[in-house]
Amino acid sequence: MYKLLLSLRYLRSRYIALASIISVMLGVATMIVVNSVMAGFSFEMKNRIHGILSDVVFESHSLEGFYDPQARMREIEEIAGEHIAGMTPIVCVPAMLSFEYGGRNVTRPVQIIGIDEDTKDSAGDYSKYLLHPQNREKFSFALKDGGYDIYDHQGVESTPPRDELKETGWPLRRKKAEWLRRWEEEDARFKALHEPRVHEDMEEHPLMDAEAHAAIEDPFKNSEPETPVFDMAKDQRPGIVLGFALASYRAPDGRDRFLVRPGEDVQLTFPTAGTPPRAVDGLFTVVDLYESKMNEYDSNFVFVPIRRLQELRGMIDPQTGVGYATAIQLKLKDPSKGDEVRDMLRSSKRFPEGLYGIYTWKDKQGPLLQAVAVETAMLNVLLFLIIAVAGFGILATFFMIVVEKTRDIGILKALGASSSGVMGIFLSYGLSLGIVGSGVGMAIGLLMVAYLNPIADVLAWVMGQEVFDPTIYYFHKIPAIVDPWTVTWIVIGAMLIAVLASILPAIRAACLHPVEAFRYE
Amino acid sequence: MARADQTSPVGKANRSSSPTTEGLHGPHFVTGPQGAEETKNAPQSQLQTPPQRDVQLRTENLCKNYSKGKHVVPVLRGVNLEVQRGEFLAIIGQSGSGKSTLLHLLGTLDAPTEGAIYLDDERIDHLSSGSRNRLRNQSFGMVFQFYHLLPELTTIENVLMPLMIGNNVGDFFFHRRKYQQRATDLLETVGLGHRLHHRPKELSGGEMQRAAIARALAGNPRILLADEPTGNLDQETGREIMRLLVNLNKQENLTIIMVTHDLSVANSADRVVRLVSGQLELA
Repeated sequence: MYKLLLSLRYLRSRYIALASIISVMLGVATMIVVNSVMAGFSFEMKNRIHGILSDVVFESHSLEGFYDPQARMREIEEIAGEHIAGMTPIVCVPAMLSFEYGGRNVTRPVQIIGIDEDTKDSAGDYSKYLLHPQNREKFSFALKDGGYDIYDHQGVESTPPRDELKETGWPLRRKKAEWLRRWEEEDARFKALHEPRVHEDMEEHPLMDAEAHAAIEDPFKNSEPETPVFDMAKDQRPGIVLGFALASYRAPDGRDRFLVRPGEDVQLTFPTAGTPPRAVDGLFTVVDLYESKMNEYDSNFVFVPIRRLQELRGMIDPQTGVGYATAIQLKLKDPSKGDEVRDMLRSSKRFPEGLYGIYTWKDKQGPLLQAVAVETAMLNVLLFLIIAVAGFGILATFFMIVVEKTRDIGILKALGASSSGVMGIFLSYGLSLGIVGSGVGMAIGLLMVAYLNPIADVLAWVMGQEVFDPTIYYFHKIPAIVDPWTVTWIVIGAMLIAVLASILPAIRAACLHPVEAFRYE
Repeated sequence: MARADQTSPVGKANRSSSPTTEGLHGPHFVTGPQGAEETKNAPQSQLQTPPQRDVQLRTENLCKNYSKGKHVVPVLRGVNLEVQRGEFLAIIGQSGSGKSTLLHLLGTLDAPTEGAIYLDDERIDHLSSGSRNRLRNQSFGMVFQFYHLLPELTTIENVLMPLMIGNNVGDFFFHRRKYQQRATDLLETVGLGHRLHHRPKELSGGEMQRAAIARALAGNPRILLADEPTGNLDQETGREIMRLLVNLNKQENLTIIMVTHDLSVANSADRVVRLVSGQLELA
């Protein structure tokens, strides 16, 4: 009883000791903030990586792929059917993307992923990152008649509206076609001056059939000679979904500026599946943009219909009409069973190791996730050392207090208090300091996590430099997740350090001889 | 004189007769002249305690050395003392004569180098530390020159301190009303009923010493050990404190052993002995 009473009284009357636990408080607050931010980052990252990669990937090592993915899917179903929620074949191939922007050709290296628009979504979160609401409901490669999201649909309120996406899709395409048609007319009028022989023809032609003329003069027309009349205002090329960062760049004011928008055509150049590979190209119409907010993916991936890609690359057996695929994506009923399914498929002997690679999404992004985990662990060690340093501050302060309280300790012993009782006073004093320190630290830490982005803004304003630059991270705000267990462990650890630091002074107090204590008068 | 009013006739008689009859560690004359004769005949020998005498605290050849480096400094060299139940004994001596050391030994705060201490015929100097803690908590009450109240606690909390130490949390909590009543009563007895919730630094010296006395009495002790209780007070306040102690001695029949260097203060006691070069002699 007296231990409790005295330690609480000391807590209230010794402000110097409270000062010594400010470092514990700050350490706890920092650890909570850092852990929450790291957890937020890795959660967001895992989420996005996972969404794109699917749970398990069954892939061929070569770009030629393997024959008849449907048969393979049936075999996979036989082996691990009970775990599998969905599968889809894909064709993956590196390529060059080129399109016109500002009158010049822009070329980017990309990874083409040929997907089956019907089954892709059964094997992972793909369409939820698209910009058109209808595509998010049910994805298709058909160009939409406008209606692309101007506001970020993933709940990032701070994203400025993307006004350039208004009037895209078919309206944009029609406008472009209209401009082309006018140029045709204009050119035709002046060409007529130089070629009087066909003057009558040309006079008549643009007036009677301007659209056909536009098609004839279409610069991309030569690449698809089999299409007799291609009307840009009414027809679309095979659809393509571009990664958001491929189609846009982020201006310094934080707004997204678009290089290419839905409704416009782009060209892809990629190798065929034959030996040796030849370069082939194809025209595609941008039907949507893909914004996972993982810069690595948004600036690298384009999605096209798998059938069209197979045709262009010569991946369809001309006799049977059966295609080749380079990989099969598997979605599991329980995503945590990834390793199990991978090992089932690997050990089934049906898919020899040299021919196929079977990986979970974690295997695929192992180094990245590992790096984040190592980083978090290192930060935790360092920050915990800070709290340990604070522990030595408590130790020093406590020694001082014990010396100051020498007489009181003597009195307590004269009144019959045992050595362990006196020790208990200082241990519970240390514990109550730890509780106060880590409690206040926890409150500060949680508040900081809750107001992380306003705090970052204030810091940016004070320092004149962006603390969290959204153009680098492709997150608009700092993600943070508070894990109650982590917080509990941090708080317990801080309390433990406070108690440990008070052990030595408490032992000293306990060993104090009462007569010695009275001698200092 | 206030002292004279409060001292009982018996006490006066004791005191007046003692100078002629007592030895260094001599007994009282409550029991008659025979005992005194014995004592006189064998002043340094072991005493045959007559059955009718009620000896509460007794020391045998108590020695205490302090070592300072290689040097051994003897402070007490064979103290033989007997204290009757209900007696008010004053031990006087110069500074450094070892009176505080003797008191600490009696109160089991320190262990003697040689000799033994008996409380109600039970040896107490070589008990385990747990038993000694209990003894200090329940059998001895201590009062110090500098009051030694805990500055963080209020008066009543200071008085409750021995009770908190003696009981575990549950017991104390269960009986807290009773104990608080007891502490309040004690503080009223010493005249501090209006100062229950003041901190020590808000009290005067005399009030602090009264609070310290109330605290010493909280555990319902058998013996009160007072170390220069008036040493830090002005004369008038000191006299008030002495009056209080004498009252407690007479009315509650509380045994008091007081150490002082002031003969005028010591004269309030039933009996006065002097500590000279580590041994007791008659005052």
